[in-house]
Amino acid sequence: MDMSRIEAINDWSWRVKRASTAAGAEAILYGDRELVAAMDDKVIEQLSNVAQLPGLVGAAYAMPDAHWGYGFPIGGVAAFDPARGGIVSAGGVGFDISCGIRCLRTSLTFNDLVPHLPRLADRLLRDIPAGVGVEGKLHLARADLDDIMREGAGWAIRHRYGDLADLPFIEERGCVPGADPMAVSPHAKQRQRGEMGTLGSGNHYLEVQMVDRIDDERTAAAFGLSTGQIVVSIHCGSRGLGHQIGTDYLVSLAKAAGRLGIVLPDRELACAPIESPEGQQYLGAMNAATNVALANRQILAAMTRRVFAHFFPHARLETLFDVSHNTCKVEEHDVAGHRRRLYVHRKGATRSFGPGHPDLPDRYRDVGQPVIIGGSMGTGSYVLAGTTASEERAFSSASHGAGRLMSRHQALRQWRGRELIDQLRERGILVRTHSMRGAAEEAPGAYKDVDAVARATERAGLARRVAFLRPKICVKG
Amino acid sequence: MRGRQITCSGSRTHAVNATSVILCCAASFSLARKPAMTYPSKSTTNNVERADAYFEHGADIGVIGRGPTLEAAFEAVAAATFAIQTDLAKVRPLITVQVQFEESDVELALVRWINTLLSLARCAGVALGKFWLRRDGNFWIGGARGERWNAGHERGTEVKGATLTALSVCRVGSLWEARCVVDV
Repeated sequence: MDMSRIEAINDWSWRVKRASTAAGAEAILYGDRELVAAMDDKVIEQLSNVAQLPGLVGAAYAMPDAHWGYGFPIGGVAAFDPARGGIVSAGGVGFDISCGIRCLRTSLTFNDLVPHLPRLADRLLRDIPAGVGVEGKLHLARADLDDIMREGAGWAIRHRYGDLADLPFIEERGCVPGADPMAVSPHAKQRQRGEMGTLGSGNHYLEVQMVDRIDDERTAAAFGLSTGQIVVSIHCGSRGLGHQIGTDYLVSLAKAAGRLGIVLPDRELACAPIESPEGQQYLGAMNAATNVALANRQILAAMTRRVFAHFFPHARLETLFDVSHNTCKVEEHDVAGHRRRLYVHRKGATRSFGPGHPDLPDRYRDVGQPVIIGGSMGTGSYVLAGTTASEERAFSSASHGAGRLMSRHQALRQWRGRELIDQLRERGILVRTHSMRGAAEEAPGAYKDVDAVARATERAGLARRVAFLRPKICVKG
Repeated sequence: MRGRQITCSGSRTHAVNATSVILCCAASFSLARKPAMTYPSKSTTNNVERADAYFEHGADIGVIGRGPTLEAAFEAVAAATFAIQTDLAKVRPLITVQVQFEESDVELALVRWINTLLSLARCAGVALGKFWLRRDGNFWIGGARGERWNAGHERGTEVKGATLTALSVCRVGSLWEARCVVDV
């Protein structure tokens, strides 16, 4: 990044020069100098474009893991006020609507797993549908899909995928309001029929991880985490339905913007006023896709439990938390002393409610929302907790991953999938995948230093570190 | 060899309700025993030269297609996109999918062409390997051939959709060049 285009606010936050709009909106980046310097200049351009959108409140923010995305940067956060002409942007949510991470804490330790590790890895690859062209084991009637869009994770539980104890630990208790299946095209529904209960490919994964280090004992105790414990993280989203909704509305809203009087600095920011029929229709479809994603992760969690039950009949796998990354959510936030109802876009960013927030389950209310920063398959991931300060910093948002350091194409030139998997096995990490090419694209060296991202996230006040998770098994599509 | 055909019509606005703005790329699906349009032999080989077919993007993948005509450039973008998912040389042309849509904006036409193909391929559970496209004013008629995914196919990375990022369609010297970023 051209550092002359930004100015330091402090060691952990930076303001983009000349990004301020007539309405006073700014573009703010979080991260230490090294992380920010490593970001592509496109992050500045994209964030500055977001800051120009109508009805933006405060600033457009980039999290410490930000990188060049489409429309919004990945790691971008922006809140809009419907009462001031604020917009909802299909480009600000993206194709993989409500992509996120379900984290399960188990009653197992790493020592329990050791005798079973290779067979557990093989069984997970066999039983968790993953990869391009792979269909799930559920085949839905059209009415089922409409129910899933309305009910989210609750539908999965009704169909014996998990139990009610999971719900308090899923954002919005597993179901966002406002889903409108009628706003979803028949083609989107058709695209999903074979894809419920599938992981996908690319950066999606299922990882068996060990709690390697505890950074905050009190919060870790509240989260039920201790050193040596096994947890499972499942990263995936709304699959074909979300992809098709993104496709449908990206083009239609890009075309509608001119008619609606919106000047788009980048067509990828396709949007409509929240209060407009077009905006409401997109929100109905997007909420439907969010519920599909929540149901999908619920189904995958249940399938994972069944695999574990084969090896460990008495093991418990409880939901630690389920976070979504690509969303637009209606939330109330304090802005300059006033409580305002805003539409918060998080594109590759995690919600990060601090202690005391009324939407948190009782168990976590004193410590804050679990935030998961998913790292690469060779390094590790972090569990963090939301902070009170995060609301003022970035509408209660935090990083979602390590963030890519190099493109997939660059990674393919540098690594071979087979060699990479062999190297990771020597380090005690078993990778199971259907795609050697995909493994090379996801090489640990293609990602930023997750420690640096988590540290910057904490020092910027967005969330605080609780535990570090080291991968033991990684299943990829 | 008897092929299946799947048609996709996107030539009209699909009315979800009175205020709908969805431009549906799949108003109807049908399976037919015989292709309704001839598969042009000229376009049956969509070779993907990897070095030329992609450009760098931080999170996703930029795809480029070049050709002597606009349509040929679009076909090349399709080949580059689907080569992310599998080795096109190993996809047999057993099933035909057909695409039709109306679009006056050539850049958006590129996005709709790619996204319609991706969507059709996912709905039908097929890997696509060969592509063709014709244009008549604002009407675009094309298709692709491939086969159902099987164990012989290399599994690459799933493409979720073509974006409007770095989207351009222009002449470069004697060739047409079309490009965009696809989300993976």
